[in-house]
Amino acid sequence: MDLLQLVALVLDSTIRLSIPLICAAMAGLWSEKAGVVDIGLEGKMLVAAFASAVASFVTGSAWVGLCAGILASLALALVHGFAAITWRGNQIVSGVAINMLAAGLTVVLGNAWYGQGGRTPSLEGAARFGDITLPFARWTREHVPGLGLLYDEVVSGHAVPAYLAFLSVLVTALVLGRTRFGLRIRAVGENPAAVDTAGISVARLRYAAVAICGLLCGIGGTYLATAQAAGFLPHMTAGRGFIALAAVIFANWRPWPALGACLLFGLLDAIAIRLQGVTLPGIGLVPVEAIQALPYLMTIVLLAGFIGKAAPPRASGLPYVKER
Amino acid sequence: MRLGSFAAALAGVALSALAALAQQPIKPAVVYDKGGKFDKSFNEGVFMGADRFRKETGVEFRDFEPANDAQIEQALRRFARDGHSPIIAVGFSQATALQKVAAEFPDLKFTIIDMVVELPNVQSIVFKEQEGSYLVGLLGAMASKTNKVGFVGGMDIPLIRRFACGYVQGVKAAKPDAEIFQNMTGATPAAWADPVKGGELAKSQIDRGADVVYHAAGGTGIGVLRAVADAGKLGIGVDSNQNGLHPGRVLTSMLKRVDIAAYSSFKAAYEGTWKPGTSVLGLKEDGVDWALDEHNKALITPEMKAAADKARADIISGAIKVHDYMSDQKCTM
Repeated sequence: MDLLQLVALVLDSTIRLSIPLICAAMAGLWSEKAGVVDIGLEGKMLVAAFASAVASFVTGSAWVGLCAGILASLALALVHGFAAITWRGNQIVSGVAINMLAAGLTVVLGNAWYGQGGRTPSLEGAARFGDITLPFARWTREHVPGLGLLYDEVVSGHAVPAYLAFLSVLVTALVLGRTRFGLRIRAVGENPAAVDTAGISVARLRYAAVAICGLLCGIGGTYLATAQAAGFLPHMTAGRGFIALAAVIFANWRPWPALGACLLFGLLDAIAIRLQGVTLPGIGLVPVEAIQALPYLMTIVLLAGFIGKAAPPRASGLPYVKER
Repeated sequence: MRLGSFAAALAGVALSALAALAQQPIKPAVVYDKGGKFDKSFNEGVFMGADRFRKETGVEFRDFEPANDAQIEQALRRFARDGHSPIIAVGFSQATALQKVAAEFPDLKFTIIDMVVELPNVQSIVFKEQEGSYLVGLLGAMASKTNKVGFVGGMDIPLIRRFACGYVQGVKAAKPDAEIFQNMTGATPAAWADPVKGGELAKSQIDRGADVVYHAAGGTGIGVLRAVADAGKLGIGVDSNQNGLHPGRVLTSMLKRVDIAAYSSFKAAYEGTWKPGTSVLGLKEDGVDWALDEHNKALITPEMKAAADKARADIISGAIKVHDYMSDQKCTM
């Protein structure tokens, strides 16, 4: 296999592996920008994955699954909002509670309904999001050397939620950076008192941000269960929510760098899979364990050494109390 | 008249109850591996065997699915304390726990599958996976058009390397110049239940040209077979008959008859013929095999079947020696 083909295949795998990270990172970004710390991304994705798998299986339509996944994730997001905004609870505690609730509830319900150790039945045909071939993908592959191959392998041939994930980055960057609503969201995360003084409801803005966070986590979870895999498995998010959170911090709470961080983590994962059992010149056979630890090691190194000064939203994690 | 028939019925009930008593009703139990009862593979096979015993004899069995390692010992001990016997411990990872619990309850019978525990009240059942893997390797190589085949293992342990080693030998026997890609999913028990990773590994092998991929990865293998079927290539299932998961896209399955192991362990205890000790089940004992059914009969050509039948006869007669990875921790040919 020539080098270009190899690069294209690794990049293709990178995209697949980073989609859930991108969704969760954008979700975390919205929530954190509005001053609500959310470590419950993991739990929300897990619940979305479960709900989408169940709904897709029952109805046979992946689109119904997507709606169900988003609704389930939204419900959990509102629980978090209720605890953190209305009742001014500790946001970390609420997030941890959501993660634990999701991890337990999905397995218990799955076992009760399907009796397969928490798994949902395998999804077939229209119950899964199939890969979309973008227009001209075949044609460019044959007629445009190099770029055509990359277009066909990397850009084309992903499922609908994958394209939604990339769209979400664009929308997040535009709305947060260039609209009045985005400005208010950012303000409420920096200085909620000022927003309140201007006569705008802090609680309403924060609820809006938390709801958007739920929506995006829903897309990420649905992608996991109905596109990447074919059904739900206990704990299938496997820490992706936390990696996404790391990506947000790594990117200093900015959308485009967060996308870059997610793609980097995805790339490390993809390389880890492909490097397995490969003999590198000068090093010899790379042990499986070393390859698998690579993404985590890189995360630590990058977070410790290269990020510089982290600048989180100033009111992040603080419940807003109106002065009386 | 009516009283008479009632008395007769009563006598009948009493007689059958006596007969049941004479049969020494047993209280069997199963503790599954962490893959879960319905993994469509290894654990499900044990369940099928136990369920067959239940249907035939009417004796109920208890079972438990541990969610983590700590629960294994608790479950074994709880079943033992309740007087369950025989208790089947499924999988190599239960060996240490069983060693402890079986020593504490010397009057009860224990059976462990896939590992040897040497205690006077433990029956150990292990399989010659290399022999079954050899046959599916042979079939896989014959079905391959690219002369490239893949193997995806679950957790990287000697047992799984034994599968891989048998497979490699089978492939090389059919096509000495064939290229074989081998991947392990991980180094922790989580590697048994990660279909996304399994699918990615399978895709990476297909990208490198493999058109037949064999998995020995429990629940992870569901993702492997799915990815292979999506790509229009052929997969090979393991443990249970997985041909029906993607009809026409699963070449065959390496059957490991854990169902027979579980069934015969219960049955022997039921009939009072249960014996401790180690039994090694290979092709000769029908402990391993390859699956041929309505889902894959179009994929297996008469030449392939003949070659597999010949290899099986040669292995049983000793004309072909399939190297066992676990005998020297090496896979040399």
